[in-house]
Amino acid sequence: MKKSGSIENKLIPISFFTILIFIWELVARLELVPAYILPGPIRIIKTLFMNLPVLKEHIIVTSLEAIAGFVISAIFAIAICLLMDSITIVKKAIYPLIIVSQTIPIITIAPLFAIWFGFGYLPKVVIVVLVCFFPITISLLEGLSSVDEDLLNLIKSMGANKIQTYKMVKLPAAMPSFFSGLKIAGTYSIMGATIGEWVGGKRGLGVYMLRVKHSFATDKVFATIIVITLLSILLLKVIGIIERKSMPWIYKQELENTEEYK
Amino acid sequence: MYKVEINNVSKSFGQLNTLDDVSLELKENQFVTILGPSGSGKSTLFNIISGLLIPDKGEVLIESEVYTGRTGRVSYMHQKDLLLPWKNILENVCLPLNLKGYSIKEAKIKALNYFKLFGLEGFEKNYPNQLSGGMRQRASLLRTYLFSNDIMLLDEPFGGLDAITKRTMQQWLLEVFEDLKASILFITHDIDEAIFLSDKVYVLSERPASVKAEFEVNIARPRSLDTFTCKEFNEMKKDILDLL
Ligand SMILES: Nc1ncnc2c1ncn2[C@@H]1O[C@H](COP(=O)(O)OP(=O)(O)OP(=O)(O)O)[C@@H](O)[C@H]1O
Ligand SMILES: [Mg+2]
Repeated sequence: MKKSGSIENKLIPISFFTILIFIWELVARLELVPAYILPGPIRIIKTLFMNLPVLKEHIIVTSLEAIAGFVISAIFAIAICLLMDSITIVKKAIYPLIIVSQTIPIITIAPLFAIWFGFGYLPKVVIVVLVCFFPITISLLEGLSSVDEDLLNLIKSMGANKIQTYKMVKLPAAMPSFFSGLKIAGTYSIMGATIGEWVGGKRGLGVYMLRVKHSFATDKVFATIIVITLLSILLLKVIGIIERKSMPWIYKQELENTEEYK
Repeated sequence: MYKVEINNVSKSFGQLNTLDDVSLELKENQFVTILGPSGSGKSTLFNIISGLLIPDKGEVLIESEVYTGRTGRVSYMHQKDLLLPWKNILENVCLPLNLKGYSIKEAKIKALNYFKLFGLEGFEKNYPNQLSGGMRQRASLLRTYLFSNDIMLLDEPFGGLDAITKRTMQQWLLEVFEDLKASILFITHDIDEAIFLSDKVYVLSERPASVKAEFEVNIARPRSLDTFTCKEFNEMKKDILDLL
């Protein structure tokens, strides 16, 4: 029962997706839409592989910016969250600011960073940090404050101090929600770096995208989109693997349950 | 000298009067049960004894020393098993030892000594969600015992178990109690359980809880399944039922 259901769940969207791609290819082959507007999927894939040597450099730059920004923002988020969670007045002061800051669209302030930090890597990393910071902070904070009160009382009645309470109870309890924040941030990070590159720079997928757009090489624009998507998915997978490795108490259980179904 | 002495404790949560002038005593190596209806304030009383809550009135004495509002002296097993899901059973049980400053290795060696007695052998490396309810309670009990074995507060440890497992656990607890030489305060709303296990039973009233009556249980130890059908047992059960 369970198994056939899950196969069905995969099969339906995959076949639907295949049909869409097929129609797209058909539209391009019959030249219903000119190629500089909408090139066909096969042509895009060909372009992608032919341009891979050129793309490689840009991929590395964008990935490094994204990962650097992601890691920095995660570290910042952990520090701020621990401060906010352990000192109420800090939370009262900072939390509303963090929420309000989210109403400013990043794209609108990206040019400002170019003025402040120039056209090197720094403004891109800063944008990634800003984009990633919010989802990580919010989810970690929620994780920290949703810990079972009785568990905290228990460890308190055993004489644990604040650091021990965080180490033994609060941080592990917050892990699942921390990781869901990391995953959201991960998908944003590549996009953040690309936006940063649009504003100006010499290397990176955003820069490359603008360049090929100016020469109306639409197939190359599409190829870049695919690369950006794949990078985001890859990052997500990596975070997922780290998640599984760091929370064996959840995934060990899952594993044994699935074995039972066999 | 009493191990634990509670004198005229009262507690309200806002408008809600929960405890009203409760006094009780626990002697060394005694098993004392607090029997009361659901929601009467039994857990609140334990929170006060363990120092997590401060009573509005009254005081808590432990070995004649005032302990009102001070945590870390008695060990307290909560109504829920409260095992940490991210630690395996051995690590969970070692928690109080680690907090007391034992090294990880020392703590493990000490804790492992008890795994057989507590029926946890072979499950050291399992996570709590891989264990049955009864085992989780035993693990939680072992953790409580390793924190402090002289005074233990046990809040409905078998409340969530099915009738059969519960019986087994009660008998097991009696046996362990003989071995461990601890002074135990035990909460339940199961009359059979109260009489079967205890030397003394305090019956609490509905909220606000006050002590309605106290019974000395003079049934000889060691007790067994036959205890449930003996004459003294049934007489006492009737007395308590009449009271409620
Ligand atoms: N921290 C609290 N704040 C406000 N009300 C509380 C608090 N703790 C307990 N109460 C209330 O006090 C009353 C007694 O609660 P308590 O948990 O002590 O009952 P109990 O006798 O242990 O019940 P049960 O047998 O169901 O465990 C309940 O009505 C509960 O809602
Ligand atoms: Mg209770």
